[in-house]
Amino acid sequence: MSEVPAELRYTKTHEWVRDNGDGTLTVGITDHAQEALGDIVFVETPEAGRQVDAEETCAVVESVKAASDIYAPLGGEILEANAALTDTPDAINTSPYEEGWIFRLAPGDPDALEGLLDAAAYEQIAEDEA
Amino acid sequence: MGLRTPLFSEHERLGARLVPFGGWEMPLHYGSQLDEHHAVRRGAGMFDVSHMRPLDIEGPDAAAFLRHLLANDVAKLQAPGKALYSCMLNQEGGVVDDLIVYARGAGRYRIVVNAATADKDVAWMQAQRGSFEVGIRRRDDLAMIAIQGPEARARTEPLLPPEVREPAMMLQPFFAADGQGWFVGRTGYSGEDGFEIILPGEETAGLWRALHAAGVRPCGLGARDTLRLEAGMNLYGQDMDETVGPLESGLEWTIAWEPAERGFVGREALVRLRDDPRRREFVGLLLSGRGILRSHQQVSVAGVPMGQTTSGGFSPTLGRSIALARVVRGLGTNCEVDIRGKLVPARVVEPPFVRHGRARVQL
Repeated sequence: MSEVPAELRYTKTHEWVRDNGDGTLTVGITDHAQEALGDIVFVETPEAGRQVDAEETCAVVESVKAASDIYAPLGGEILEANAALTDTPDAINTSPYEEGWIFRLAPGDPDALEGLLDAAAYEQIAEDEA
Repeated sequence: MGLRTPLFSEHERLGARLVPFGGWEMPLHYGSQLDEHHAVRRGAGMFDVSHMRPLDIEGPDAAAFLRHLLANDVAKLQAPGKALYSCMLNQEGGVVDDLIVYARGAGRYRIVVNAATADKDVAWMQAQRGSFEVGIRRRDDLAMIAIQGPEARARTEPLLPPEVREPAMMLQPFFAADGQGWFVGRTGYSGEDGFEIILPGEETAGLWRALHAAGVRPCGLGARDTLRLEAGMNLYGQDMDETVGPLESGLEWTIAWEPAERGFVGREALVRLRDDPRRREFVGLLLSGRGILRSHQQVSVAGVPMGQTTSGGFSPTLGRSIALARVVRGLGTNCEVDIRGKLVPARVVEPPFVRHGRARVQL
């Protein structure tokens, strides 16, 4: 069974979202997602300053098997991408919720975070797919 | 649910991620495809390839039949146990399947064909049999394990039945030995040394467990694909198929043009294409820019489309992305590949990319 931390928010498309408490969010992909993808060998991250809409493709994670789009969980501005993923894309496999984070986002509407899935709801989705 | 090999419960026990493949339920990996890949390049790995189908072709006309059926020539198989890689073509020169044929002496041959194509292949062979006095027998009772890597043969040796052990260890590459119902070939699909062992289904799990205990790592279809891609070996249905033949798939070396009077199936179509200036060539690509090459991506030079990738992926040995591609002749040394809407520069290279653990292309 994959790990689904209770304090995070989630999307149906398997992104996790951490509220940093300073008006910024950190985004990555879930343990369930990395397991399904297999060994990750390349990550294309978004540029800082880019404006994104909710559900817009803003990164690509490529595993030995296939390429997967990563979607912005909420609209806003990309603040920073995880530069370490260039050399160690497998951090997403080994540490999906910590070292494997993909980008930070300043959401246009911070309250929209409440509209995302909680851990229990995401766990159900992941279970149904397994 | 797909067909299951005699090793299915072993895969489950080892926690394999199982996927449908050619009508079978097969392991994709047992945790990490990359680690499995490296195990084969550096030590020893084993693959359940029991989905592939051995066929025994036997009879007084077996050699004549195969010389009619195959683009390569079994007359080259003078020494007993010698193996030959060949395409089996249709009349249009497209590939019905690619296969290995082993000579076993006195009108006896064993062929190993792909899983997804086995039924079609047997039907095709029956249709080509005509008046040849030959039997075509599916060996659904047999299973197959491939052990590959620099340490593969040494780790397998003590596990071979006594009768076949010494002959197997004496084998030159691309030869096979028979004994006690086991058929041991020094062949493979990884670019490394090793064995492919065809044996009775009920003895397979015992060998698998003994190999595992001897430190041979179970590897899935994922690693099998990246290993064969690095080794520049074609995958049927992806790099060539019934519409694209050996001349445009980097397999011209497998066509036995001589003797000219051998009229194998597809020969006339091949001769026409051989002399056609529009014939495409098959090349390797090494990605210079960032990204991962996949199959069916467009290859271009200065904005002009030149062809398509047929297989692509990440090369764990090189740490770079590589591909096989079918392109117009005289592509040059540099091109661009359309990766999800972005043009990424790549270099044209001659496969293989990796052999015996070492890079064969300049990075």
